[in-house]
Amino acid sequence: MNNPPNTAPVEHETEHYAPNTHDVSKHVRGYLLVGGTLLFCTGLTVFLSYVNFGSEKANVAVAMFLAAFKAGLVAYIFMHLSAEKKLIYRVLIFTGIFVLGLFWLTYLAWYDPVSH
Amino acid sequence: MEIPYTVTARPDTGLWNAKVGIWLFLASEVMLFGGLFSAYIFLRLDAEPGYWPHGLLNVPVGTFNTAILILSSVTVVLAWAALKMRRYARYKLYMAATIFCGILFLVVKLGYEWPQKYDHFGAYIKTSSLEKYEKYLGNKHLLAEGLPPRVEITGHLHNEEALKDPKIKEYEVALDKVYTDPDDPKMDRPHFLYVPPTDQIATIAKEDVERATMFLPTHSTYFATYFTITGLHGLHVLGGVVVFTYLFFFGGKTYRQNPEHLANRVEVAGLFWHFVDLVWIFVFPLFYLL
Amino acid sequence: MDASSSISAHAAHDPHTHADHDHHELGWWRRYIFSTDHKVIGLQYLLTGLCFLFFGFCLMMVMRWQLAFPGKPLPFLGNLIQNVLGPGAMNNGVMTPEFYNSLGAMHGTIMIFLGIVPIAFAAFGNFVVPLQIGAPDMTFPKVNMASYWAFFVGGTIMLVSFFVPGGAAKGGWTSYTPLSDIADKGPTYDIIFNGQTLWLIAFICLITSSLLGAVNFIATIIQLRAKGMTWMRLPFFVWAQFVTAFLLLLAFPPLESAIVMQLMDRIAGTSFFLPSGLVVNGAAVSISGGGSPLLWQHLFWFLGHPEVYVLILPGMGIVAEILANNTRKPLWGYKSLVLAALVLGFLSFIVWAHHMWLTGMGTVVSAFFQTTTMIISIPSVIILSAFFISLWGGSIRFTVPMLFATAFLPMFGIGGLTGIPLAFNSADLYLHDTYYVIAHFHYIVAPGTIFAVFAGIYYWFPKATGRKMNDFWGKVHFWPSLICMNAIFLPMFLQGMLGMHRRWYDGGQGWTLSSEKVWGLSGFHWNTPISIAAWVMGLAQIPFIINFFWSMRYGEKVDDNPWQATTLEWTAPSPPPHGNFLATPVVYRGPYEYSLPGRAKDYTMQIEPVQPNERSMPEPTMSLGH
Repeated sequence: MNNPPNTAPVEHETEHYAPNTHDVSKHVRGYLLVGGTLLFCTGLTVFLSYVNFGSEKANVAVAMFLAAFKAGLVAYIFMHLSAEKKLIYRVLIFTGIFVLGLFWLTYLAWYDPVSH
Repeated sequence: MEIPYTVTARPDTGLWNAKVGIWLFLASEVMLFGGLFSAYIFLRLDAEPGYWPHGLLNVPVGTFNTAILILSSVTVVLAWAALKMRRYARYKLYMAATIFCGILFLVVKLGYEWPQKYDHFGAYIKTSSLEKYEKYLGNKHLLAEGLPPRVEITGHLHNEEALKDPKIKEYEVALDKVYTDPDDPKMDRPHFLYVPPTDQIATIAKEDVERATMFLPTHSTYFATYFTITGLHGLHVLGGVVVFTYLFFFGGKTYRQNPEHLANRVEVAGLFWHFVDLVWIFVFPLFYLL
Repeated sequence: MDASSSISAHAAHDPHTHADHDHHELGWWRRYIFSTDHKVIGLQYLLTGLCFLFFGFCLMMVMRWQLAFPGKPLPFLGNLIQNVLGPGAMNNGVMTPEFYNSLGAMHGTIMIFLGIVPIAFAAFGNFVVPLQIGAPDMTFPKVNMASYWAFFVGGTIMLVSFFVPGGAAKGGWTSYTPLSDIADKGPTYDIIFNGQTLWLIAFICLITSSLLGAVNFIATIIQLRAKGMTWMRLPFFVWAQFVTAFLLLLAFPPLESAIVMQLMDRIAGTSFFLPSGLVVNGAAVSISGGGSPLLWQHLFWFLGHPEVYVLILPGMGIVAEILANNTRKPLWGYKSLVLAALVLGFLSFIVWAHHMWLTGMGTVVSAFFQTTTMIISIPSVIILSAFFISLWGGSIRFTVPMLFATAFLPMFGIGGLTGIPLAFNSADLYLHDTYYVIAHFHYIVAPGTIFAVFAGIYYWFPKATGRKMNDFWGKVHFWPSLICMNAIFLPMFLQGMLGMHRRWYDGGQGWTLSSEKVWGLSGFHWNTPISIAAWVMGLAQIPFIINFFWSMRYGEKVDDNPWQATTLEWTAPSPPPHGNFLATPVVYRGPYEYSLPGRAKDYTMQIEPVQPNERSMPEPTMSLGH
């Protein structure tokens, strides 16, 4: 660990890592707001699933769009991706490409068997 | 020997070690659930018409659990913010709320939702006998609407011994609402609000039944996927609760030595927790609503 | 010695010298068994991995008897195995078909997941990477220990599965469904303690282990590089491990999900991989159906193909280090090597279905995968070409590690080039499931990766022990191994092109076409020289084993940098203490500054500051930083 235990007085340590109160407290309202939005979107998803958008595919698309929006909010605000370093983004972009590749290519393989 | 950058960020990457570690771990988790969701896609596409059931899960309870998980995501981020502002008592409060939400989610899931499923019954009717049960299935109506057929009759099994005893020749089923009035256009939607089975009892001859089971993983690929994904998700919730409980009870020492270190740990655990929430955000519509 | 002098000069330079190494004594258990030190964990991985490697090889040597002399009792071992594992495995000293299948499945599983990956990735990565980047340890030492023990538990479960009723898994290392879903099931089998289920459970442990290891490696390389160790000053070995770790991190989880699903199929009675209307032994199976055997193949090969690069990339990394060191000149095309490794890693995720040409894919899908497969051969060729060009004009020292590293090049070349016909589905339809595929794959992994592993062991042995392995016995190990490897695998190309199927229990004795002659021997009769070569190769490993243990105690004592190498690990004492370096290293130059013009000695270590009047080497730059 960076700080060997019981070597330095506690006050000193706390002082050394002085909190950035101002910065964080500003965000708290935002977190509550995002929480509210997420709850609202959950209700909306349930409601919209009873609405007939014409086909099953359309309903799936609507629900997945809302889910992606919610997931984006969680990732961007709660997981602090809004202020994250490039390196993390790089890892996530590649992961995103691979997971979408997995979805898309298994779908493609299902869609295009030799018997079609 | 000291490992550098456990608490403070490395200047050129701007990150401390555990933050890199947790994001890498989450990347692998994305792939893990990605594998399961691609199985969901594959199996759902592959299912014969009518064989991917709709509306068998309890939507109000599912919505409640979704809300609980979102709430816990808010509390955990507030717990972290409290630590950043060095308000330890408030941190404890938010942490306790998070742990409570996590446990509540698991109790609802394992104590109520899953057992409710084990208690529910479904019988797939042989294609040759579908005609015989038309008054429950309403397939003529569905055909006219251009919707996939119903091939299963669900409800509460009155004579449970019928599942084991070969001498009993039929199942007595207290029907789910949709089968009491199958031509009702309100029931056409791909899913319907969960309601307890009605009092109307249908007798289904075993010789007409292709396959009859309780709502267990063996019931269909739908329930297999549902139980596997929610089970694995539940394990993640449990893991998160364990870590939070540890931080709740044993975080004090770290806080006294270096509050930033505890804040970092809470942030890392929180990132994991948000990811668990994020997975649920997709699980909920895919299984409950669509 | 130059390395030590530069350290002391450097230590004087840096006032923050850590003098607290080993200041508290750990007990024996914490030091050697439950250690968190990356070097001890690396050696644990190495020794366990080598044991598994040898065990996996033994399984094959037993199988080779059945292939060469089908139906004849196995000498010496036949009765012994029958006494230990029962008549289900050996009947009057003759191998049963079930046991043959077990051996085949376990040979593949053990060699890949318990032998090569733990050695090439985990052992070398653990021991060498932190030293090469100038780190005191891995970022998460406890996670590192957990990774080893998860691997150990997985390996133990895999071994235990030989002793349960019905024997170890028989479904091949790929465990294709629906066969593996329904195998080892029924009234005579335990629901958990049967070969296939234990295989799955062991795999969950192994995947957990790789995952923890991969997170740790990447975090270490990102976070703990010494001051001045920029991305483009990393030794190529570190780059190779970095890419490998990403492959393990992102490719293994989909297989884990598939394994959880297969476990559900076997234990909870689900039908993820079981189609509707499945009939087994003439009776319809009571399952919901609706599953897809193809789903398993997709998820398996989503790991399976990146796994191939997991096997080869660390080997390439080791070879790169040894080539530069023994040609006494910089590695040719460092920047293109790094780029090629990154591209290789990326592309390896989108080629997997070329293992599935026989499953009836449509033209669109197969065109896509044939194209990506063709493209991925480009970075492999770049890497191999760069290695060959590195030899050009070098004053090559044929030390034992260099012998193995040089042999790696043509062997990997043969393995790689023979893979190209398999990339086209029209050629693959014929060659798939024949010995051709066996030969192609083994040329890459056996005389490829395993030779690289041997090279690495001979090369870094002095760092781990302070002693050198014996040169003479090293050569006695090398030459027969090289000859036998080729004697084993070259004829398999011929057998495969004859159309000999790779899973035959009788080695093709009962099949007409295998009586056709190539080079004077029928396809079936080629089995005999191949088997003899395999057994001779077994004997050829004895000098290595003896040399390895003997040199630990009695080998020639050497200084900290016996190979006159440039990278950071050679600045640490041999063996390096807990915390690795006597002084925190600072890096001033690239990894391969050999034969720098105007220098008295032909190597310049990474920690040597750039002289004001030095004609500095052009340093590759690439925007990979942050």
